[in-house]
Amino acid sequence: MSKEELEKKSMEALLRIASAWYDQMKAGEIPSISLPTRTKYNIEYDDASEVWKYGDKESMRTAASAKSATHLLKMAYVIGFIKQQLKENRSSTLREMYYISEGWKRAKFGAQEESNFLIEDLEIISEVPREGFHLHPEENGASIYGPMRIREETRRGMRAIHCQDDVGQAGYTIPNNVENIEFVDHDAKFVIALETGGMYDRLIENGFDEEHNAILVHLKGQPARSTRRMLNKISSTWNLPVLVFTDGDPWSYRIFASVAYGSIKSAHMSELLATPRARFLGLQPSDIRDYNLPSDKLSDKDVEALHAELTDPRFATEYWRKQINLQISLGLKSEQQAFAARGLDFVTKTYLPARLSEMGVI
Amino acid sequence: MVLADELAKQQRSISVAEFFEKNKHLLGFDSPTRGVITTIKEAVDNALDACEEAQVLPDIFISIKKVSADIFRIIVEDNGPGIVPAQVPYVFGKLLYGSRFHQIRQTRGQQGIGISAAVLYAQLTSGVPTVVISRTGAKEQAHKFEIQIKIETNEPDIISQQKIDWDRIHGTRVQIEFRSTMAAKKKLLEYLKYTSVVNPHARFRVDLDDEAFTFERVSQEIIACPVAVKPHPHGIEFGQLKRMAVASDLKLIDFLVEGFSRVGKKLAQDMCDKSGLKATAKVSGLSADQLKALLAAMQEVAVPPPLTTQCLSPIGEELIRRGLDKEFQMDFVGARTRPASVFSGHSFVVEAAIGYGGKLPSEGNAIILRFANRVPLMYQQGACAITQSVANVNWKQYNLSQQGLPMGPVLILVHVASTNVPFTSESKDAIASIPEIEKEIVLALQDLGRDLKHFVSRRDKSRVAEDRARAVCAIIPEIAAKVSEIVEKPLVDTTPIEGKLMRKLIVKKWTCDGRITIELNNYTAHQADISIYDISQDSASDAEPKAAFVNEMDGQFTKVWKLVIPSQTVTSVVYTGKGGGLLDIRGIDNNKKMVVDLDV
Repeated sequence: MSKEELEKKSMEALLRIASAWYDQMKAGEIPSISLPTRTKYNIEYDDASEVWKYGDKESMRTAASAKSATHLLKMAYVIGFIKQQLKENRSSTLREMYYISEGWKRAKFGAQEESNFLIEDLEIISEVPREGFHLHPEENGASIYGPMRIREETRRGMRAIHCQDDVGQAGYTIPNNVENIEFVDHDAKFVIALETGGMYDRLIENGFDEEHNAILVHLKGQPARSTRRMLNKISSTWNLPVLVFTDGDPWSYRIFASVAYGSIKSAHMSELLATPRARFLGLQPSDIRDYNLPSDKLSDKDVEALHAELTDPRFATEYWRKQINLQISLGLKSEQQAFAARGLDFVTKTYLPARLSEMGVI
Repeated sequence: MVLADELAKQQRSISVAEFFEKNKHLLGFDSPTRGVITTIKEAVDNALDACEEAQVLPDIFISIKKVSADIFRIIVEDNGPGIVPAQVPYVFGKLLYGSRFHQIRQTRGQQGIGISAAVLYAQLTSGVPTVVISRTGAKEQAHKFEIQIKIETNEPDIISQQKIDWDRIHGTRVQIEFRSTMAAKKKLLEYLKYTSVVNPHARFRVDLDDEAFTFERVSQEIIACPVAVKPHPHGIEFGQLKRMAVASDLKLIDFLVEGFSRVGKKLAQDMCDKSGLKATAKVSGLSADQLKALLAAMQEVAVPPPLTTQCLSPIGEELIRRGLDKEFQMDFVGARTRPASVFSGHSFVVEAAIGYGGKLPSEGNAIILRFANRVPLMYQQGACAITQSVANVNWKQYNLSQQGLPMGPVLILVHVASTNVPFTSESKDAIASIPEIEKEIVLALQDLGRDLKHFVSRRDKSRVAEDRARAVCAIIPEIAAKVSEIVEKPLVDTTPIEGKLMRKLIVKKWTCDGRITIELNNYTAHQADISIYDISQDSASDAEPKAAFVNEMDGQFTKVWKLVIPSQTVTSVVYTGKGGGLLDIRGIDNNKKMVVDLDV
């Protein structure tokens, strides 16, 4: 969808909400709006797209109590604000919008989470991602390094960038709005998404990207939307395998799950954000055992999280059951940088080549 | 020599004082921190009991001062009747010496262990003798003693004794020095606060190492001193019966009537018949077996429960409420005094109170205040029958959350007053599990739970109504304004929503450009004949329509309009001013009107 189409669609959707309220009040009814329930109890696996989406549970917000009425009032103010922004072709960060709301008297937000949540509600109702509202998060996206060429439409004009030759050694910074990127060409065989900056730097320093024609993506922990959208686009545009390399603990497996299947908070966008073809590279519990990696004991919370994952349908495969049960019996977890114990080249010369060929990628 | 002879050499009697030296925990002196609280508790108990007996309003001064690294000097001074000089050494220097042990009435102290145990504890930890000053009246001089206890014999050891001048006309001052810490400061203040709640007639002044606190009295009423009663036939044991019989020169039937409460000629005759003894037999001549038969007969005969009005002194619902109001700021306080009841021949009264909301912490378990004979129980909450009974009430049916104990901004007070409070141990921290007492506690709490539920639901109901009125009258018009702007259509009128939702007289007041508008929408089916009472800084001299009545007081104007508003019509009052103040509409039922200040 082009930028203009997206803007048109979001303007229409927002006006539809406002008109519905106008008509309700004109008919002497209390204005109301219906929203999908946004909890894990209303998340369903969509077989067709292989991602997790919101189910059909909905809750009705009616302006019959001060709390609900205030919520609708805030929504009305936000719609008015976005309308203005689209008309004037301006954009703002989520935090800026939160500060702008200071002047909205009764409709002002108490905290930024509240305004972020309301924007997500609007995304769901309008079926337009927030970029269509000209709203973006303040934090930078993560970075990317590898043999690929893109064109980015920046505020200062079109830029053509090769993600090895035209960037510094930290790589190309993924912009907030990935929709403005055109994917020109590439010379890559696969993509590795890395949890930690340390491992991302290690692979660049050791020249892993050049040696294996790999695109490296730094996830920066739990990945931001733009990072997930970038992976989704690379994977679908160029049909490249995506491999996720994280620490070997239950929380990191959830990073993989949100890359591959989507997260609860943004389940309405799973189709755009998730990369169902992504595969888990490591660090696997069996690696801790096979490579005798330095490790820490699992905490009670870790064990609890592992047990929760055993009942999570996203991990309901033979592979995950084996690995998770193995980890519980080992009682250990390791960070990806633990490979350094075997020398700085071990991960690029030994571990990754072996693991990638085992996965049939090289 | 046989082993028994060998052992016999080591066998000798143990003095009470020696026994307690080795078993300090039994008396609440198991740790230095706890020692402070126990000492002050014992001294305060004695002071309150003494003031009650003398019928004076207690004025109690408590001071704790650090004298060296770990030695603290504790002073407790009261305005009670004082102690005659000859008795002072025994009261403070001999364990198990007291005036109340043999009486059947409600008192705080009972066994005469408490304060002398503190003297012993001081002697053991600091070696400094306890100083007592006491004066019994205006005509007497005060006496000052330095006292210790002879541990081997449990007899007082008077180090010095002299007459001195003292500014109090009557009263007692005790000064004890022992090893301790101030770690229990919070607990100590809690103890005093709780004591003050159930003794609203007492004033406590406290000096904690130069920090001053005062717990003021809220009642000027001197509480009636409970009088001693004769034992009840169902509350007596063999030993006591035998003692009484030996000391009596009466015939059996007269002995029963004279010696016991609630026993008349007829019941006494019944007891004689059941035991197979002659009514005319001399009781002092009865054998042990005959006394046993008599005791059994006494239990068999149905005797009315003991009289409770004289020997018990419940605090009373009004004073409990006042005591709680004084120390805690809460939205709701309810109190119950149950009718007196009996367990094993001992009479008791249960009193309870529930406080809710206000400044109570909204998270976590309810605060539980336990009292026995007006003394707060500070330790072993979990082992106490009061705590068990609180947990046994199903609080969920009163809309409180509960995990064992009820949770949320709730305070529960339970006071058990009895001629013989059944404690689980001598340190008097917890009440033993007696079914009769537990039943009374549960009944009192259930009763209060219903009151609380009523209060909360009434408050919630009016909150929901107010909340809805606020939404409809104040916020929906704003939504309408914003939405109309977005869709670029004329401002949508929201008054039909108000009328549809609330068939009431809706009164809105708002300020715009220095003009105050009071708009009255009569959505009811009837004509409203009402008066507006508007109290604010505005004189409303230019009001349209003119006020029927204006009165100024300290810069506040009370304006009154009398209006007749036909059904389904709107009227308004407009004047120049700043707004704010109070607005009330009279002449219409509360549930038929809704007043909203849009400026708030």
